[in-house]
Amino acid sequence: MASAPSAAADPQSERPGPVTQFADWLANWGQLVLDTLVAFGDFSLFFVRTLVWLFTRFPRWETLWPNFHQVGVSSLPVIALTGTFIGMVLAVQSYFQFRQLGLETRLGGVINLTLVRELGPVLAATMLAGRVGSAMAAELGTMRVTEQIDALAAMGANPIRYLVVPRFLACLVLIPTLTIMADFMGVAGGHFYSVIVLQIDSHHYWFNSAQFVGNYDLFVGIFKSLFFGAAISMVACYQGFHCSAGAEGVGRAATASFVYAFVSILVLDLFLGIALDAIYFTYNPEGSQLL
Amino acid sequence: MIDQLYEQQTPILEVRDLLVQFGAQRVLRGINLSIPAGQTLVLLGESGCGKTVLLKTMIGLIPPTSGKIIFDQQDINELNERDLSQLRLRFGYVFQNAALFDSMTIAQNVAFPLAQHTRLPAAQIRELVLSRLAEVGLPHNVIYKKPAELSGGMRKRVGLARALIMNPELILYDEPTTGLDPIMSDVINQLILRTRRKSPVTSIVVTHSMDTARRVPDRIVMLYPSMRLDPDEPQIVFDGSPLELEQSPDRRVRQFVNGEAGQRLMEMITESN
Repeated sequence: MASAPSAAADPQSERPGPVTQFADWLANWGQLVLDTLVAFGDFSLFFVRTLVWLFTRFPRWETLWPNFHQVGVSSLPVIALTGTFIGMVLAVQSYFQFRQLGLETRLGGVINLTLVRELGPVLAATMLAGRVGSAMAAELGTMRVTEQIDALAAMGANPIRYLVVPRFLACLVLIPTLTIMADFMGVAGGHFYSVIVLQIDSHHYWFNSAQFVGNYDLFVGIFKSLFFGAAISMVACYQGFHCSAGAEGVGRAATASFVYAFVSILVLDLFLGIALDAIYFTYNPEGSQLL
Repeated sequence: MIDQLYEQQTPILEVRDLLVQFGAQRVLRGINLSIPAGQTLVLLGESGCGKTVLLKTMIGLIPPTSGKIIFDQQDINELNERDLSQLRLRFGYVFQNAALFDSMTIAQNVAFPLAQHTRLPAAQIRELVLSRLAEVGLPHNVIYKKPAELSGGMRKRVGLARALIMNPELILYDEPTTGLDPIMSDVINQLILRTRRKSPVTSIVVTHSMDTARRVPDRIVMLYPSMRLDPDEPQIVFDGSPLELEQSPDRRVRQFVNGEAGQRLMEMITESN
């Protein structure tokens, strides 16, 4: 009868001491920090190379149009739909709390301010990261795996100029328009549910909206979206360009693209929100008359 | 014999003390090669010995860890991105799986270098594309098809037509016959020879096919996997003519030429355990 191998008999399987364990733990963390720093440096270099190609040799129009169509025209319906529903959801969620305080007519201000400053740009960017960013990462990843990116370079066409710059430009230029669409449809959806379904007085709804939402709020939302668009395209292209071999590698690049883009959107949203508020209060020390 | 044939010529491509390392793995080390203009060189070796890495390093797609690649007296790794892109117009590269752009038609694929780098009118580009496709034996009706609609052999020939469209001085073939039936493999071998006969082009063919190695080259260089060698052993285990390859007394060369596994299977099983 075969006996089980004894762990105690084998000196190789002895547990390392606490000092060795701590050294291993420290080494693993050190490696993780180093790898993260290298990846961040590599990503920054990728971004700088994209900017250099953008400002030194503008891409050809025939490489721009398909990307503009994909990012702009094809994304419009889904972003409009998302915006409409978010406007209505905001009305549903806020109505009962505001009614308890007798402030139903303030709903217009709350819904529209939230939409224009936060939810419009963030949702448009999230949808773009999911719909376009992942597709970009998968497409470029497949091109990397099947040596199409190498083929471009071998034929004297710089892959950054040919593949990355048009995608970067499409996201950067079109995300403000998609944000405006998300804002508009959200405002329309919020109005529909508040005024038509919940029977809130239309005049007071819009009066409060006009009191709460200013031009600066609209500017903040659209300005932030530019950074979101840049982050989505750069993360997607970087993941696609650095895709590992095989179908699994392409799938992982598409997933990683969405996850990193979404995290970047939220982190950028926080810091841009703080910075833009600081700028606003620097020039308007007394703040808004209503807040 | 090879030295005598080409000794008067300035090399078009030189590889000097090349080291390519991925992490801790040394794929290529101590590689020195001098390739005269007009020569057809076959880089032979078993899978994983670094042939394709060497080919990609020659065109700057993989940066060397150390060492130099000199093309026409320019170190390609010292060029900036734009100059390197310009220099690559003098190269043609036939990829292992053709690497055709799957979003484009065959005509757009073959015309791609012309569309990117010339201002030729569309009618002239179309004529050039059709003539290049005819040279590799492809009918006119393939031009509107997408790469996915073609067989492996047809895709390889489209890849060759695309590599030839800019009349390159140096063509790099990465395993041009891998995955093809014997007849189509011979067609590709004949196309490589015809290309050489039609123009004074320099060709470097990476292959592990002995058939290609016997039929195509003026010179054969055989690489051996770095990890199977002692640190002081050179990675190039053979450099000579096809005839000299057949007569080589080197055990590793003989093993490859005769296609003998020897103790390799037992070694792999022992390593995996």
